[in-house]
Amino acid sequence: MKHYPRPEPCEQPPLFHPPYCASLRRAPRKPLIRLPHTLSELTGPLYGHNPIGETDNDLTRQHPGEPLGERIIVAGRVVDEDGRAIPNTLVELWQSNAAGRYRHHADDHRAPLDPNFTGAGRTITDDNGNYRFLTIKPGPYPWRNHSNAWRPAHIHFSLFGPCFITRLITQMYFPDDPLMPFDPISQSIPDEGARRRLVSRLDLNLTEPEWAIGYRFDLVLRGRDATPFEGQS
Amino acid sequence: MSRCSPSQTVGPFFHLSLTLNPALGCMTRPGARGEHIRVRFRLLDGDGAPVPDGMLEIWQADASGKYDHPEDLRELAPDPAFCGFGRQATDEDGFCIFETVYPGRADGQASHLNVSVFARGLLRRLSTRVYFEGDSAIAEDPVLALVPEDRRHTLTASRDAGDPAQWNFEIRLQGGEETVFFDI
Repeated sequence: MKHYPRPEPCEQPPLFHPPYCASLRRAPRKPLIRLPHTLSELTGPLYGHNPIGETDNDLTRQHPGEPLGERIIVAGRVVDEDGRAIPNTLVELWQSNAAGRYRHHADDHRAPLDPNFTGAGRTITDDNGNYRFLTIKPGPYPWRNHSNAWRPAHIHFSLFGPCFITRLITQMYFPDDPLMPFDPISQSIPDEGARRRLVSRLDLNLTEPEWAIGYRFDLVLRGRDATPFEGQS
Repeated sequence: MSRCSPSQTVGPFFHLSLTLNPALGCMTRPGARGEHIRVRFRLLDGDGAPVPDGMLEIWQADASGKYDHPEDLRELAPDPAFCGFGRQATDEDGFCIFETVYPGRADGQASHLNVSVFARGLLRRLSTRVYFEGDSAIAEDPVLALVPEDRRHTLTASRDAGDPAQWNFEIRLQGGEETVFFDI
């Protein structure tokens, strides 16, 4: 049987994180029970149910007109902890518009909706694990976690990978966002290096001249036989 | 080697992308083998209040116990009229329902559903399992054997009193009757 090592606790957020108020009554308080990996965890949903539409990975072309805001390319590679590409896996994303407003009934932020922007996309990684989206840079927005609380601009990502264990939902941030140090959600990740893995980087090779700035965001899913200690033989 | 990307909460607005397709709550097509059942979940917080902005995902074997995945090496053909994956958002009362089949046994385990729980307030995905009340194989299930006896009942769905095709399962995120969640 394949073996999936567990992530180091400092590299993942804790479930109970008091600065993030919504965790107070929702995070389990009893210890999780460690499960040896059985066939149930080593298998998982593989993509193949719904076809991907032509504009699913181009969030700027899902309406008759062009959305407002800064057009950006977000692309990267999905690999496992051993650096192996994860091909043919579904990548789903969602985000606010340039003004920091989601097209969602529960978002009552007083910022305009953009009739030409939904903020949802999906794609499948290619044979080398690469994905690419064209979208609009999302705006920061206020939330009511604490007084004067603002989320740094971010894009939500959802990925499956090869089995039940590798499922990941996370958020991508932008380089040098001054709101990030005050954000209890991103700061819930104890290890600074791990936190940095969620920050995309400006990539001029990805950038298309006269058209759109490119941000590279690579994702690492749990790996089968990842060596836990680099450099140790 | 690279290190795993950290998880972040799904937040309150995932519906706009992840649960657009209501068909993901129906895992069977006409002709799917086995006993067709409905599993009704309710997601509750530490105060016992419904969680109206959660999302559940199911992964399960088909009626013969086969997972439709290359790692399941057993010589069994997966049921082409069944999809082992389902996804639903909870409604304002914390409920969501999956149309599926009673899963067969796999890998020496009792019949069960593998469940992922996502919600605003959860910085990571939670993983739990649904077993079925009255299943004699529960007594020999190697995973349940790892769970303290006084908490095993939190992993068991019960048959609906009025509808024998429906199973009900509560997920309590916190509190005295907190559901068992697994570190996978």
